[in-house]
Amino acid sequence: MTATWIAVLATAAGCYALKLDGLTVPQSLLNHPLARRFAELVPVALLAALAAVQTFASGQSLHADPAQLAGMGAAVAALLARAPFLAVIVAAAGTAAAARALGLG
Amino acid sequence: MADQAAPPAAAGPARPVRDGIALGLAVGTSGLAFGAAAVSSGLTVAQACALSLLTFTGASQFALAGAVAAGGGLVAGTASAILLGSRNALYGLRLAGLLQVRGLRRAAAAQGVIDECTAVALAQPDDASARAGFRATFATLYLTWNLCTAVGALGAGRLGSPQSLGLDVVGPAAFLALIWPRLRAGRTERGVGLLGAAIALAATPFCPPGVPVILAASAALAGALADRAAGRAAGAAAPDGGLP
Repeated sequence: MTATWIAVLATAAGCYALKLDGLTVPQSLLNHPLARRFAELVPVALLAALAAVQTFASGQSLHADPAQLAGMGAAVAALLARAPFLAVIVAAAGTAAAARALGLG
Repeated sequence: MADQAAPPAAAGPARPVRDGIALGLAVGTSGLAFGAAAVSSGLTVAQACALSLLTFTGASQFALAGAVAAGGGLVAGTASAILLGSRNALYGLRLAGLLQVRGLRRAAAAQGVIDECTAVALAQPDDASARAGFRATFATLYLTWNLCTAVGALGAGRLGSPQSLGLDVVGPAAFLALIWPRLRAGRTERGVGLLGAAIALAATPFCPPGVPVILAASAALAGALADRAAGRAAGAAAPDGGLP
């Protein structure tokens, strides 16, 4: 079994365990306001970090690819226009692809 | 903060099944993007399909694919993917009282405890509608997401290079779209998002890939502490609920 398969299965097992935990653990866990607020904010912090790293980092170096920036700009514009999820994705990918076709990045 | 307790998205009247099917079909087609992005990241078709079948929570799947694309950092990538799934535990806490499932049915329902099913279930006016909405969303989204993952993964190689199709921005754009409603919801959320991004970028030159994202979780702690300090200063209690 390759390392990638182990990562795939470990991710699946960990994510499933978290889902099941929520249905199983005592509800009183959310009674502590600080714990609840932290848990609410964790996805915001992690997803923002992922979006930033995948846009501005390559391995351990920071760089900005103009086509990728154009794609993310299109995503922001679509989100501001309240476009649905899939339309945001298509706008981002389409803009990056168009920018590369025009010779950017 | 009370004025920020907006109702969840996708709220309709008592049409839980129709709402669930519509959302499931709309979001499920994004599986095409995941399948294509996963394979262009270096995962095999089987690995992409296994992730959708077994993990079934988009952000974590994109995160692991991103770690593979970055050329390793699998331990940190797996850790950040699982950490991203921690919000589903919170959804489960909210849903447990509504779904009232035990034993094998609970084990099956657990796989459906994700953003979309929770949003539809919590938008319903009563418990029976909430259960119907949860089941309809889960079934539709599970089938569509997995079918589209397979199609996207198989088609990725034939479409051309992932970069020329802009597939490398699918992951980050998806992350941004997933947190956008939260960023709109409050100043703390925006601060936490910006701080999380800044921490991750600042740590990038000094840490192995994947680790900067985990460090960004400290932004959530800072946000929670800031809210508590603000709440104490104002002498106000935090509002109940607020999920998802």
